[in-house]
Amino acid sequence: MTEKPKLNLNRVPIPKQTPEARRKNFDEVALGYSDEQALEEASRCIDCKKPGCKEGCPVNVDIPEFIKAIGAGDMPEAVKILKSKNSLPGICGRVCPQETQCEMTCNLAKKGGPIAIGRLERYVADWERVHPESTGRQKGQVNFNGRKVAIIGSGPASLTCAADLAKLEYEVTVFEALHVAGGVLMYGIPEFRLPKVIVQGEVDYVKSLGVEIKLNHVIGKIATVDELLENGFDAVFLAPGAGAPMFLNIPGENLSGIYSANEFLTRTNLMKAYLFPEYDTPIQVGRRVAVFGAGNVAMDASRCALRLGAEEVYIIYRRSKAEMPARLEERENAEEEGVIFKLLTNPIRFLGDGQGRVRAVELQEMELGEPDASGRPRPIPKTGSEFIMEIDIAIPALGTRPNPIIPSTTEGLELTKWGTVLTDEATGRTSKERVWCGGDMATGAATVISAMGAGRRAATDIDAWLKG
Amino acid sequence: MYKILKREVLVPNTVYLKVEAPEIARKAKPGQFVILRVDEVGERFPLSLTGWDTNEGTLEILFLIMGRSTMKLSSLREGDCVMDVVGPLGRPTEVESYGNTMTVCSTFGVGPTITLVKALKEKGNNVVSVMEAKDGTYLFWEDRLKNVSDETHVVLGDGSRGKHRQASQFVTEYLESGSKLNRVFVFGRVFTMMECSKATKPFGIKTIVGLTPIMVDGTGMCGCCRVSVGGETKFTCVDGPEFDGHLMDWELLIKRKRAYLKEEAQAFDLWQLDNLHRIAELSELAERVSIV
Repeated sequence: MTEKPKLNLNRVPIPKQTPEARRKNFDEVALGYSDEQALEEASRCIDCKKPGCKEGCPVNVDIPEFIKAIGAGDMPEAVKILKSKNSLPGICGRVCPQETQCEMTCNLAKKGGPIAIGRLERYVADWERVHPESTGRQKGQVNFNGRKVAIIGSGPASLTCAADLAKLEYEVTVFEALHVAGGVLMYGIPEFRLPKVIVQGEVDYVKSLGVEIKLNHVIGKIATVDELLENGFDAVFLAPGAGAPMFLNIPGENLSGIYSANEFLTRTNLMKAYLFPEYDTPIQVGRRVAVFGAGNVAMDASRCALRLGAEEVYIIYRRSKAEMPARLEERENAEEEGVIFKLLTNPIRFLGDGQGRVRAVELQEMELGEPDASGRPRPIPKTGSEFIMEIDIAIPALGTRPNPIIPSTTEGLELTKWGTVLTDEATGRTSKERVWCGGDMATGAATVISAMGAGRRAATDIDAWLKG
Repeated sequence: MYKILKREVLVPNTVYLKVEAPEIARKAKPGQFVILRVDEVGERFPLSLTGWDTNEGTLEILFLIMGRSTMKLSSLREGDCVMDVVGPLGRPTEVESYGNTMTVCSTFGVGPTITLVKALKEKGNNVVSVMEAKDGTYLFWEDRLKNVSDETHVVLGDGSRGKHRQASQFVTEYLESGSKLNRVFVFGRVFTMMECSKATKPFGIKTIVGLTPIMVDGTGMCGCCRVSVGGETKFTCVDGPEFDGHLMDWELLIKRKRAYLKEEAQAFDLWQLDNLHRIAELSELAERVSIV
């Protein structure tokens, strides 16, 4: 009788820069697996009959198959399998919340040691980046089927939709409002979490499929959705992203030195303010920074502030650790780097220095009550607990509302009460014929991979509709 | 890349550019602006549109050299390219039949003003234009403004034309003398906009001002350009750039515009040190303009 092979539940850790080193630079925190580490991690996969991981993946990557290819040392095959379902693996391997997706449904998760799928995905993508020739990534012959699709925005939903449609030989034009393609991957997620060269590599891949990207094109301004439809495009996919930042709506919020997280991150990541004055865009951090909110964006902003030279960076959040929406990994990274969490604390007003700059914030302690509409315990102010904290910079990181430019210039596009575009989740269809929508514009702020899933579903439906 | 077809230094520190941007030209309307980025390391900054030519596919912009970005932009020559131009952004000016209207402008404000006056005339308005400049050296395009307005007045800061030294003084006297106005538009320096808004307020005449605060994306994504209008926070890039001057929190606007003075000075100094050769060329060009 053959003995059942013993399960190996020890995930191979990913090498990281030390917290002391990384809080002083913008280089990537996680360094990626070596060949040996990747082989070791891949060998832990038990290749189960019913792989749970696949079901956990919003774009249904053939996970066991690509891991098997790594194990067999056949990297070109691993790339091929991965990329047949995911056009942006270098990005997903880095920023997907695998712990709530593929790694959560991995059959080894129940035993406490799921395969590090995200790290392996990243390993494959990074291998391809340095071996483009071995996978035929160079620009090939592009054929078009005679149908044209316009895609608004160039973030994860758009890039996925564009790649899928290009592979089906549609002539795809992507319209991007900013001066570089990539959307939130470029302006929002910091360099140390997602190097911009990786994003540009994936954008180049999408371009190599025959997709044209038009930068500096704000749709709704330079051309409306209706004009695109009148001028030769058979379908339009709207994925312009999250849009308008929310503020706290408390007194003093327009003082200088108070940045929305969007502005703080855009200055830092897109405009490279961390290289000022070599780059022209300035940013101010001062000595003490307060970030309000506890999502991934708040973590990104606080970690950027540290790297820009702030001495003390606080995350100020009105609920407790258990309710924080950020990924555990990001929270841990922030904590390791020295971000201070001030929980159960809420801002009441900002105080100025008389010259129009923020000088301090008045805070109030909170306690948790009964669950509210969101299902999380409602924070209740403790009377008499108000106190003043001196700060140089404040960064509200409270999420975003949809940008009004496209809804206000597109006839017949129905909206939800939140201002997002009313969209059928399964197909991405909107109330307007020949117009699809996905990403944050359809769902409100969400993850990169869920946007990619929406891009894929819309591409499938656009193809079916145009051929049907 | 957006090619510069024409470049002219009109008066000291004030530069006119004609830029190739056919798609933007096709959609531009009075009151709108563009965001520019001069080169790879450049910042994004807004400039009001002075004019456009749909047939030619060009935009006209007029700006004051104030810091590193405008200095860089001014140092480009005909045939050079601006890396990025985005637009047309912001809401267009509301142009209706108001009856008696007045436009007031200072420095680069004359550009958008001429475009607006033409639009106001098309709607049958009577337009009185007031132009403010420091002194005769800084006066330009007076004839162009005259050609489109029903009446044009020039106010110089040294008092060498008429008795007023500020446009707002002219506005006050005009209204005190019993002349009726239904709407006033002010473009140019923040000071001119603020003072003219103060001048029309006692008479209850709606006064529209056009702002260009510090911006980053210019599409409503960052909130850098927020202003307070009637106690409400507005984003200049998507809710503006034009607002009711009587409701504007001017102090806040001025302070936010000055938020990066220190960094701007540092960046400006460094750029100048690295580009003394370009500055030398610029001074040669400047000599072509008669500077007293």
